[in-house]
Amino acid sequence: MSAVTAEPRSHARAWFVTEHKIRAMRGYTGTIIATTIGTPLLYLFAFGVGLATLITSNVGPVPGISYLEFVAPALLATAAVLVAMEEYTFGILLGLKWNPIFVGMNSTPLTARQIVDGLMLFIGIRMLITTTVYFVVMLAFGAVPSGWGILTIVAGMLGGFAFAPVAAYSATIQEDRGQFAILQRTVILPLTLFSGTVFPLTQLPAFLQWIGWLSPLWHASELGRQFVYGPTEPIWLTVAHVVYLLALGVIGWQLCVRTVARRLNK
Amino acid sequence: MTTTLDRPRSGGVKALYAGNARAVVGRGLLATRSTNWIIVLTGVFEPIFYLLAMGIGLGSYISGVTDARGDQIPYAAFIAPALLAVSAMNGAVYDSTWNVFFKMHFGKLYQGMLATSLGPLDVALGEISLALLRGAAYGTTFLLVMQALGLNLSWTALLALPAILLIAFGFASLGMGITSYLKTFQQMDWIQFVMLPMFLFSATFYPITVYPEPIQWVVQALPLWHGVELVRGLTTGALTWAMLVHLGYFLVMIALGLIFTTRRLRALFLD
Amino acid sequence: MPAPVIVATDLVKKYKDFAAVDGITFEVAPGESFGLLGPNGAGKSTTMRMIGAVSTRSSGSLSILGLDPNEHGPAIRSQLGVVPQQDNLDTELRVRDNLLVYGRYFGLPRAQVAARADELLEFAQLSDRAKAKVDDLSGGMKRRLTIARALINEPRVLLLDEPTTGLDPQARHILWDRLYRLREQGTTLVLTTHYMDEAEQLADRLIVVDKGRIMAEGSPASLIREHSSREVLEVRFGSERNATAAADLAGIGDRLEVLPDRILLYAHSGEEALAEVTRRGLEPITSLVRRSSLEDVFLKLTGRSLIE
Repeated sequence: MSAVTAEPRSHARAWFVTEHKIRAMRGYTGTIIATTIGTPLLYLFAFGVGLATLITSNVGPVPGISYLEFVAPALLATAAVLVAMEEYTFGILLGLKWNPIFVGMNSTPLTARQIVDGLMLFIGIRMLITTTVYFVVMLAFGAVPSGWGILTIVAGMLGGFAFAPVAAYSATIQEDRGQFAILQRTVILPLTLFSGTVFPLTQLPAFLQWIGWLSPLWHASELGRQFVYGPTEPIWLTVAHVVYLLALGVIGWQLCVRTVARRLNK
Repeated sequence: MTTTLDRPRSGGVKALYAGNARAVVGRGLLATRSTNWIIVLTGVFEPIFYLLAMGIGLGSYISGVTDARGDQIPYAAFIAPALLAVSAMNGAVYDSTWNVFFKMHFGKLYQGMLATSLGPLDVALGEISLALLRGAAYGTTFLLVMQALGLNLSWTALLALPAILLIAFGFASLGMGITSYLKTFQQMDWIQFVMLPMFLFSATFYPITVYPEPIQWVVQALPLWHGVELVRGLTTGALTWAMLVHLGYFLVMIALGLIFTTRRLRALFLD
Repeated sequence: MPAPVIVATDLVKKYKDFAAVDGITFEVAPGESFGLLGPNGAGKSTTMRMIGAVSTRSSGSLSILGLDPNEHGPAIRSQLGVVPQQDNLDTELRVRDNLLVYGRYFGLPRAQVAARADELLEFAQLSDRAKAKVDDLSGGMKRRLTIARALINEPRVLLLDEPTTGLDPQARHILWDRLYRLREQGTTLVLTTHYMDEAEQLADRLIVVDKGRIMAEGSPASLIREHSSREVLEVRFGSERNATAAADLAGIGDRLEVLPDRILLYAHSGEEALAEVTRRGLEPITSLVRRSSLEDVFLKLTGRSLIE
């Protein structure tokens, strides 16, 4: 190692990538602030207040839970997933293809692992901001009866993290033929709608309920509900949510490091 | 022959329109066939998923909603026409904003078209016709799904098809003009942001009587509410005179949108 | 003499206060190959867009094929072929489909367009790539396809904006050969370029444009004859000594230009000038004798290089 340049430690290098992404986001400050604050306001009002006036029967597994309380943790998790998905798809392909900053980074001492780590950290920060704002709006709507409610932020972030395998897939796309639009319409949207988010999973016919069990969004929503008004389910199930979400996230992350490394090494 | 006017006049319709919008439509169909047909195909699922989740899934917790004449109708029959109108709006807005934005700034497609005998009005009409063709295909499919689920409560549902074409035409003609002002992705993001409250609050998922009166007025000023009410009236068969107002709203929107867009295209490409 | 296809008189194009084209006057005769030579930002592309009837002039008069572009845009454009500076091929369509669709923009019948497309693919040496995707073509192929596309309506005038900028030397020569054939067939060509070799190869007559104005007009040979010597001697003394050496070179040849990296001596005979340089005891690091080119004409007229 040359004496003039100090070798930064690996995770410090990953931070350089995060820093780059944060800088690049500045141009979007206006829309990001508006969407981060506006989206929870609009959705919680539309679903939790407007739609709730029509809902006459009890949606929760136990009596006394309002529709607002039921739907809010799921909406928060959905918001985290959407933020993460944007980076897992467009963020990855932007860096590798459209505006190939990852390729540029790779010609400095940064490795593929550090690039992906930095990106994941950035996604974590974005999700944290989004879910925190969501939670504050939930409080304002009176949608959080339990003192443990703040942990719904963690549940939402785990939900977003669990979609990391999508990032590994994105890194293998050579040519944009609208794969993301197709993914959004045929996978993400049904997962969003049929994962016990706006109505309980048990309402689905039994032969469709497996969609929810596989869907990270169902696990994240149910986990969030345990914190917001729970517990309403056995503890082993709550642990299972966490383990499942973490496992998907870690596997996706590692796969993503591999596919990005392979792509950059071409 | 050569004019020697110092201040050149702007030309009439001859300078804007070659009567060949069908060539632009032909190009769009060919491009769809060779590259993005699967995207177009999957677009049909979006409103159907919404209908199944909200109408059937959530609908079982809702005892019913009253229609424009005060009759009780199932919740699914209430939101299905709204989703139909929303999908007409979304398709038209996507086609006239993102799609146009890319062709304008990245593909330089319009630059190539306008180097030929095509004029800006040919391009605008061609692109809008394409959006309408797609809208008609989606709309027909969705109406068939509604029929299968028993959500078309009257024969007048047949008229919902021309109604959604009118809605799509309105949004597309206005959308193109607005897009012509936009230069960055950031600005494009604002379109999404403005569309979201309109989607959520235009009597799509619940009646607007939930709101205090001043908010109702705001909602009633926006185009989507008129679209939703028009289509809902037709599929439920609860016809009212107010539907003529909704119809008029879109006719005016189309006329203004076309004038606006053509002017903008002329300023952008022929100046 | 037949009526000119393009007549521009005191043509001006202003963007707010800035005049991109500041009063230029020229005519182009049918069958002629007419060039606009000038550096980037001279106003060439703006002039081309006005000729192409896609940009409204601020003042002056312009007649293309006897019509005013302000009134008859579509009618004029139906007789033109346009090759823009940057390829704007339709990347969603395949090579042959690009030609077919473009032909339809002119309202031409399908059968006619199809037959013409095959001829043009042949002409552009792209017949074997008919089904290829546009993105898979090389830069030179894309350029040839753009030219083929511009010919689909059998235009009376072909407008070429910087036709070979960005191409490698081999691709340029292939392209020049194609354009030369069009010229032989009598197509009127109007081209802009900032390459003097291109102007010399392709233009019968040209105007030298700088800052929106015409600096000179004539055939390449007559411009060189008029504004430069027969030969040029280029000598280099290294960037440190160029300026001092220039003083010692005074009086050799007709004229002398000091550039940052070399000195140009304009003389009827470059060899004689070089002999004089050595006689004065100066020892350049390198020396080169060449014939005068349009680059030298431009330097004389504007005091600046064409490619900056």
